[in-house]
Amino acid sequence: MTVLDMAQLSLREINETLQGAAKAQANAAYEIANPRGAHAVAVGLDGPLAVTVKGSTGYYCAGMNKEAAITVEGSAGPGVAENMMSGTVTIEGDASQYAGATGHGGLLNIKGNASSRCGISMKGIDIVVHGSIGHMSAFMAQKGNLVVLGDAGEALGDSLYEARIFVRGAVKSLGADCVEKEMRPEHLALLADLLAKAGAEAKPEEFRRYGSARTLYNFNIDHADAY
Amino acid sequence: MCGIVGLFLKNEGLRPRLGAMLADMLVTMTDRGPDSAGIAIYGDDGARGQVKVTIQSDAPAAAFAGLGDALAEELGTPVAMKAVDTHAVLSVAEGALAPLLEALEARGLRVMGTGRSMEIYKETGLPKDVAERFGIRAMGGSHGIGHTRMATESAVTTLGAHPFSTAADQCLVHNGSLSNHNQMRRKLAKKGVFTRTENDTEVGAAYISSRIAEGATLGEALEGTLADLDGFFTFVTGTETGFGVVRDPIACKPAVMAETGDYVAFASEYRAFADLPGIEAARVWEPEPATVYFWER
Repeated sequence: MTVLDMAQLSLREINETLQGAAKAQANAAYEIANPRGAHAVAVGLDGPLAVTVKGSTGYYCAGMNKEAAITVEGSAGPGVAENMMSGTVTIEGDASQYAGATGHGGLLNIKGNASSRCGISMKGIDIVVHGSIGHMSAFMAQKGNLVVLGDAGEALGDSLYEARIFVRGAVKSLGADCVEKEMRPEHLALLADLLAKAGAEAKPEEFRRYGSARTLYNFNIDHADAY
Repeated sequence: MCGIVGLFLKNEGLRPRLGAMLADMLVTMTDRGPDSAGIAIYGDDGARGQVKVTIQSDAPAAAFAGLGDALAEELGTPVAMKAVDTHAVLSVAEGALAPLLEALEARGLRVMGTGRSMEIYKETGLPKDVAERFGIRAMGGSHGIGHTRMATESAVTTLGAHPFSTAADQCLVHNGSLSNHNQMRRKLAKKGVFTRTENDTEVGAAYISSRIAEGATLGEALEGTLADLDGFFTFVTGTETGFGVVRDPIACKPAVMAETGDYVAFASEYRAFADLPGIEAARVWEPEPATVYFWER
């Protein structure tokens, strides 16, 4: 375990150290002390590495993550794990806006709540939120799974493509072209696996599944007036 | 972009440290607004029946020399004066407020705000320089709000800096931009409510003040912003007894709050909380869109 102290080192020094260690493929363990809400902590890691951030972070923590396992022992600011490719990002507290935006893969595990636009334009990432999520979540989500143990805000899954959304609590409203769908055995199995990976104590049967009605995929000349 | 901060003390013992805590929070938000900065601080109330007027001058040496005595003689009432850099705080009996404001206007001095406890300090420049000029760290009080500005809707000037005060002991800071401020300015003017600048936030402040003057509570006035103001906003408003927070329904302007047994704090980013006492154990959360929060003593 190597400790990098943000009170002593610059953000660039810390990120360069982490990026180098990830490239070395040694699956080393690092701890980041005194993050104090700093932006862009532990971004662009391209390889196996275990990073624990001892406190809350600001914008864009763990962005573009690949293979690394990053844990934030606090809350995360806007854009956490943006465009993540693989690996695991765990937030012990709450996440702010657009958590996991455009993510291609890996698991984003948020133990608290996530605010608005969670999983916006997600492209294959799995996101598990143990609390609730805000409005416009999974907007234009293309692929992957968004699992919410609490409630969802307004316009969930607006203009959704093929991402799956599972919500245990109440959904304030569904966005355009997002509909509730039947929960089939393969969905229950998928959900059980995601809940187990995220360490979430919930039964798959308690969730409802939402997905795309697929009516917005193509331009429809009959709807020209509406555009 | 802009940064906003607010701090409301629950623990009276922290009152002497309010200015220091608020100044530290303000300086961490420099990246979000390096153009200008300002604070409104609710300090110790003046003597009963007294009202404070914060004024500003670009030529303070000439404007403030002997000003208190000259005003006292002109108005026939005692006028206390405390000059701080480009600002000065005048204190008079409540009954003498109207003639004092007239006398100040006649001298071409800018009134930043009035109130029993509120003082406003704002200038162009880096937040750390602004905080230093006015000695904000040494100020005590019960609560205060602050703003670091990255100008979008009007020029980088002292009058364009936040907070804006449009009624006694009321002020507003804003992150965002209002899109119907000209229309609202005309509507308010028809009701006899006038603003002094081209700034969108001043219109927001005037809207809230006019609603309160019409009998609305602070909570109702803040609810009203959701229906009547269009655009992006995270507002933090200060009153004599507390502060309130509201975000527009889209809520793309960031906001985070922290609460302990000692204080309630607001900031655009968590960074501003890093030095607050006991922050590790604080409840930290993001205020919901289109939801009014306020704390009063």
